[in-house]
Amino acid sequence: MTEMSGADMVVQALVDLGVDTVFGYPGGAVLPIYDALFNHPQIKHILVRHEQAATHAAEGYARVTGRPGVVLVTSGPGATNAVTGITDALLDSIPMIVLTGQVPTTLIGTDAFQECDTVGITRHCTKHNYLVMDPDRLGPILHEAFYIATHGRPGPVVIDIPKNVQVAVGTYSVPARIEHQSYRPQVEPDAAAIAEAIELIAAAERPIFYTGGGVINAGPDASAALRQLVGLTGAPITSTLMGLGAFPSDDPKWLGMLGMHGTYESNMAMNRADLIIAVGARFDDRVTGRLDAFAPHAKKIHIDIDRSSINKIVPVDVAVLGDAGRALDALIAAWQDKGHKARDLGEWWRRIDGWRAARCLDFPEKKDAAAEIMPQRAVKALFEATRGRDPIITTEVGQHQMWAAQHFGFSAPNRWLTSGGLGTMGYGFPAAVGAQIARPDRLVICIAGEASLQMNIQEMGTVSQYRLPVKIFILNNEWMGMVRQWQELTYESRYSNSYSDSLPDFVKLAEAYGWTGMRIDTLGELEEGIQTMLDTPGPVIVDCRVAKLANCFPMIPSGAAHTDMILQPSDVTGTMDDEAKALV
Amino acid sequence: MKITTETGERHVLAVTVDNEAGVLAKITGLFTARGYNIESLTVADITADHALSRITIVTSGPPPIIDQIIAQLDRLVPVHKVTDLTDQGAHVEREIALVKVAGTGDKRIEALRLADVFRAKVVDTTINSFIFEITGNSEKVDRFIALMRECGLVEVGRTGVVAIARGAEAL
Repeated sequence: MTEMSGADMVVQALVDLGVDTVFGYPGGAVLPIYDALFNHPQIKHILVRHEQAATHAAEGYARVTGRPGVVLVTSGPGATNAVTGITDALLDSIPMIVLTGQVPTTLIGTDAFQECDTVGITRHCTKHNYLVMDPDRLGPILHEAFYIATHGRPGPVVIDIPKNVQVAVGTYSVPARIEHQSYRPQVEPDAAAIAEAIELIAAAERPIFYTGGGVINAGPDASAALRQLVGLTGAPITSTLMGLGAFPSDDPKWLGMLGMHGTYESNMAMNRADLIIAVGARFDDRVTGRLDAFAPHAKKIHIDIDRSSINKIVPVDVAVLGDAGRALDALIAAWQDKGHKARDLGEWWRRIDGWRAARCLDFPEKKDAAAEIMPQRAVKALFEATRGRDPIITTEVGQHQMWAAQHFGFSAPNRWLTSGGLGTMGYGFPAAVGAQIARPDRLVICIAGEASLQMNIQEMGTVSQYRLPVKIFILNNEWMGMVRQWQELTYESRYSNSYSDSLPDFVKLAEAYGWTGMRIDTLGELEEGIQTMLDTPGPVIVDCRVAKLANCFPMIPSGAAHTDMILQPSDVTGTMDDEAKALV
Repeated sequence: MKITTETGERHVLAVTVDNEAGVLAKITGLFTARGYNIESLTVADITADHALSRITIVTSGPPPIIDQIIAQLDRLVPVHKVTDLTDQGAHVEREIALVKVAGTGDKRIEALRLADVFRAKVVDTTINSFIFEITGNSEKVDRFIALMRECGLVEVGRTGVVAIARGAEAL
């Protein structure tokens, strides 16, 4: 219990909570906190160039470290600019603390300069939020906020602090026991549910694991447990976009990603399975395709820490409420206690191998040195060149994101950072900044599209300021490729506003910021170009020119079933009925 | 193309929450954002230290949606407990309406006679008006108001439903 200003309490609480990095941007209503941070020995402040980037950088930091990312922004526009990143963190379950300045309590509600109703605006895009009206509450609220952001299903928490509360002197206190009165998520799975689940798993003839971001969020031990359980049962495994890395992509039991741009074998196996074991995944519409045709023959086990995820989209047979890691540990223990042995799944694997024979990720390409580069080839070359270097890969949103998910192999968690739920263009580059800050010695590459990158391209300045060796690898096809692909599929190729006109010269732009800029034009230059990027110290932007009209396949068109995949460009008809058009 | 909406059964939910600014907005906003119905909503603080409020929500939807509403409410940080009174069994529901009727002659006499039948109390009167206070379940209140329409109804105020489970146990 110590007397200090509200601003000092905020900083003290961050120190007590083990925070070493804050991503932010100053402004009038947070000046007292910025002053308290001045030359701070323990907390490093990273000055971004736009508040949205601060939130994505904090997400990148959180995804790589597993610890909450911390953001500090001013009132009004500072707070509203942060809203996209806050929502992104909510949809992808990323722990984040956002401290926003607010006008003094005496001016709240008067439309004061740079005032906005931050708690009102963020009420439905945060896991929880606070408006602190009394400096004595700052200590307990900050500690409670960290508890809420990191316990149960992780998510963003906003703390709005009026300027006079930052200036006022009060008593800093830390709650003896951090436990919320009403928020007590169930972590330990119910033993009866585990017993029921393990019997289904042991008896299944055509089982499949379907895993998601919940396994990543449950920590590296959960990924290890997942590998062990899959090994014990001998069952195939597929994963969502958010779940990549929890299971090694070079394991023969790995079927690749599932869903709209998932592999043929994953989607067919989901459709024909007699048991689906969903772990930390939420049956998103990108995964299920047409609901009435989703996994019609399968019983479903659903392990999730969020009770509201269970039975939300797909009714399940066994619900296991709890932490994914604890539930997987409990399943392993139950499997061993009961003396279960893996069944002979030979027939099931033979069918899966039949679907694998379709080689759905193959793509047509010319092989001569002067040929244009297929974007898939560029991702594969990047993957090959970085093998053994354990890179952290971030992406923007669109075709390049799906190609990266399909063709870049991950063998460990916390190395794949992408905006899944909200699908935020402009996510990848600032997320790479946050990841590089958290892991200064690692290779961090943002695989970008030329359109998405421009949504937060101002962060090149941040990278220069902190001398971060971030690499940006642009798959430049001069189109908002996914928009163009949908216009091709649905609107008879009427390309309304999807052309990336008036692009900057990315090489010159790199030089303007003190980066190294490179351009790769032909297949013959690809491998050497990537090597040059990797060998160049400091930040590098690679403008890799790829085939302009390549599309991302395989694809389940919106409103279609898992069994109705488009495998080849020639399967595209160019029109859709209104029911399909209305789906996103 | 057709835009379809689902209808379903009526459920009464009792929700105990922290008595803090913004909690009601959080709950009503959840219903709006996820497209759930609110037929009635009442809220008041219920503990001696004013720490907790009880919200009674009447909603409707097919069983999976009701289950989802309960799960969504239950995961909100300031929510302590969600009880589906309809699912739980016997419970008592009441609401109060204040019903203003204006008129003279036969209509005025008939209004007073019907009020007596419904055990509504006269809480204010002038030479040409009454305000009745009626307590009961929603259906009874609906019927009384419908009858008053014939007797010079000019204004209605209703509290919405409060409900509590029968028997000795607390939630």
